[in-house]
Amino acid sequence: MSIQIENISKSFVGDRKVSALQNISFQVEPGKIFGLIGPDGAGKTTLFRILTTLILADEGQATVQKYDVIKDYQKIRRIVGYMPGKFSLYQDLSVLENLKFFATIFGTTIDENYNLIKDIYIQLEPFRDRKAGALSGGMKQKLALCCALVHRPEVLFLDEPTTGVDVVSRAEFWDMLKRLQTKGITILASTPYMDEASMCDEIALIQDGQILSINTPSGLISEFDSPLYGVSADDMYNVMNDLRDHTSVVSCNTFGAEHHVQLKPDIDPTVIRKDLEKSGHENVRVELITPTIEDCFMNLMQQ
Amino acid sequence: MKQFWAFVKKEWYHISRDYRTLLVLIGMPIVQILIFGYALSNEVKNTRIAILDFAGDSYSKELTDKIEASRYFETVTYLRSMNEIDRSLRSGEAKMVVVFPNNFTQQLVHQHESQLQLVTDGSNPNLSATLINYINAITRDFQTRVINEVSLPYTIHVQTRMMYNPQLLGAFTFVPGVIALVLMLICTMMTSVSIVKEKELGNMEILLVSPMHPLAVVFSKAVPYIGLSVGILSIILLLSVFLLGVPISGSIILLYVVSLIFIISALALGLLISTITNSQQVAMMISLMGLMLPTMMFSGFMFPIESMPIPLQWISNIVPAKWYFFSIQSIMIKGLGMEAILKEFLTLCGFAIFFLVLSVRNFKVRMA
Amino acid sequence: MFSIEVESLTKKFGSFTAVNSITFTVKSGEIFGFLGANGAGKTTAMRMLCGLSRPTSGQASVAGFDVYRQAEEIKQRIGYMSQKFSLYADLTVLENIEFYGGIYGLTRGEIKDRGEELIERLDLRGEEEIMVAELPLGWKQKLAFSIAIMHRPSIVFLDEPTGGVDPLTRRQFWELIYEAAATGITIFVTTHYMDEAEYCDRVAIMVDGNIRALDAPEKLKRDMGLATMERVFYSLAREATRGD
Repeated sequence: MSIQIENISKSFVGDRKVSALQNISFQVEPGKIFGLIGPDGAGKTTLFRILTTLILADEGQATVQKYDVIKDYQKIRRIVGYMPGKFSLYQDLSVLENLKFFATIFGTTIDENYNLIKDIYIQLEPFRDRKAGALSGGMKQKLALCCALVHRPEVLFLDEPTTGVDVVSRAEFWDMLKRLQTKGITILASTPYMDEASMCDEIALIQDGQILSINTPSGLISEFDSPLYGVSADDMYNVMNDLRDHTSVVSCNTFGAEHHVQLKPDIDPTVIRKDLEKSGHENVRVELITPTIEDCFMNLMQQ
Repeated sequence: MKQFWAFVKKEWYHISRDYRTLLVLIGMPIVQILIFGYALSNEVKNTRIAILDFAGDSYSKELTDKIEASRYFETVTYLRSMNEIDRSLRSGEAKMVVVFPNNFTQQLVHQHESQLQLVTDGSNPNLSATLINYINAITRDFQTRVINEVSLPYTIHVQTRMMYNPQLLGAFTFVPGVIALVLMLICTMMTSVSIVKEKELGNMEILLVSPMHPLAVVFSKAVPYIGLSVGILSIILLLSVFLLGVPISGSIILLYVVSLIFIISALALGLLISTITNSQQVAMMISLMGLMLPTMMFSGFMFPIESMPIPLQWISNIVPAKWYFFSIQSIMIKGLGMEAILKEFLTLCGFAIFFLVLSVRNFKVRMA
Repeated sequence: MFSIEVESLTKKFGSFTAVNSITFTVKSGEIFGFLGANGAGKTTAMRMLCGLSRPTSGQASVAGFDVYRQAEEIKQRIGYMSQKFSLYADLTVLENIEFYGGIYGLTRGEIKDRGEELIERLDLRGEEEIMVAELPLGWKQKLAFSIAIMHRPSIVFLDEPTGGVDPLTRRQFWELIYEAAATGITIFVTTHYMDEAEYCDRVAIMVDGNIRALDAPEKLKRDMGLATMERVFYSLAREATRGD
């Protein structure tokens, strides 16, 4: 196992004792992309900091490439790449200066591992003399990834690498991670965007310091226990209100163009359509749909 | 080691690219020295003085001639009695009165020492201090010559009495004062702020998760600031010697050695501050209020420590700048050597070691 | 009735054209989505509409007031909320309500009544004395939105209001937006979540300072023959040549 986490707990003592992680356990196989998916405040950053030896867990054990996060912290620091969530590089240093600096800090040079960062660095090359502070969000993120990769780490920790970045850059970023995976690097990435789950080999859904589920993306969806219907009509807001008031409806969540609705067992969905039409709704459509990761997350949250 | 220097280089980029801060750091002491120097060099030439010679003998005449011969003084009047001193100073006719006691020469020859009294207008304390220093220099020179002639150890005790402002803000105390302040500012504030900035930017996380030892990160940060401090120290010294004519009477090497010890203790203080705070704002507040203020108050260059209440005098002992100020003043102005400032020097070393040990112990290889 | 009318609005910073002659209107009570990649010019456009930044050229009126001459009147009639600017973390829920009520010029009585109503609606009863720092992120965002519309503005500008919020709360947040729109408040919102674009009555997609598409999400998808707004956005935004 590349990463092994057993019963990790951590709480912070402030005005009130806040439990950041409760009894977390999971493992990441070598060469996999593992996604830690959950909203802000779920405990993702705390877990990353424990694994990158920056803070100590209250309870439990964790190893990275078989090294213990407490005892062997210096060894771990040599073999991992880390991109913290709030990481802004050195704004007053140029792209090349930043990269050179991090290469030297990790006791290597850009040339030594050039083939690893080549794909990403080529996109940065035209801006090599530009100050990091003057780069776009997407470019900054690419530079940060380069800096985290420059010493050819065995395990890559990416804490919310795509937060605040637009859809296009996010898609490009995941493509880059997929290519890195082919070079044998194990990747643990966190994200608040549920749609990015499909890019991972395995995911853990995390909420309030607890893991809701660990599975493959497709496995998680197949675990969804009841049929899910997409409902749409002209007046979406009032359809939602009417669905919530309906006695046969278990849950109704808005999903942009349609509402995702779970019904009580053995309820015929046509009943819903008829009832909505009876209440005066027009163009009512009810159809069976495949749940998304977000449906699964909400379903697990509500259990 | 390569990592260490890469870090130093990076740090130097930060400093040199933040040209506004750099301008303030270099410009501020220069401006202070220049303003002071301008005020000084305008007034100190041909200053009107009065002579009250009770002795009227050979050496008193000779010394009077010597004083008049210098380009700094111009004798406007010879007084006849003590009563006339006040009137002469009050009217502004003279800025200083030089009083030779009875039997000046006789005492010098027989008792090998004599008195010379200087009465100055303390309402312009900087000027007074400068004048006194010039007379001191002239008297010393005179003494050396007399001693050489007669080969006997003569001493003239120059007694100064500052009228109207006995608590003097000395002119030459200004240069050591500026040096102490600036070094404190650069070393403590700049270092702590720049380390805390790494934390704020989140870059500290990356640096901690690297093979470089965390302490190396911090120490390599100190190197450019030591360089900057020594550079600015040199600028101040050059300006004060060539523009203000403040002599460096003692050993320059000793001056730099003592300064380096002070710089190290100030850096260690900066490091200590950075270990206890996570925001640049707090680091700056602690440096300014917690260190700059005591440096100004208790180092002795603004307010004489001897005239403070005992508890404050006691407090002044834990301000490193006080010890630095005393030693640098002794070296620069009084021309004293290591043996005279041994106590101050050792105290400074003690501070440096104490703060270093404390901050290294307080430094965490993990996040708080 | 238009809440926002924009014609050939342009903002240049030196030789750089951040917003290039954009033209659009927003109807009263509409939920208008404003999408774009980082650096497309969204924030600059929004600042001009809020009266915070003076346009280089073009016309714009917000709530019937001109952005050049009547910036102060505009500020009286809009609400603003972003992911970054939120509430004072070291003040309690009630103190934040009182503070912002005061800022918006509500009377003591209005603050009390609307504050009560707000606490009731958000289910914060009993939590009034809690520091905002201790509220979960989702609640903070909901509270921030409710406070931003406490003075009954005619338009509310929301700058990425749901970033990092859990999916359930994100939906509850949108339900608040729906409710507000139903009372006639115009909603002008930017977001990175493409499913949220589908909640909007109409969306504008900005690319390199220009509006490249503007219509109802359904219609955009149909016209471009794409299944989701994400695809629509991606196919337009990938042509972008500049970053922020």
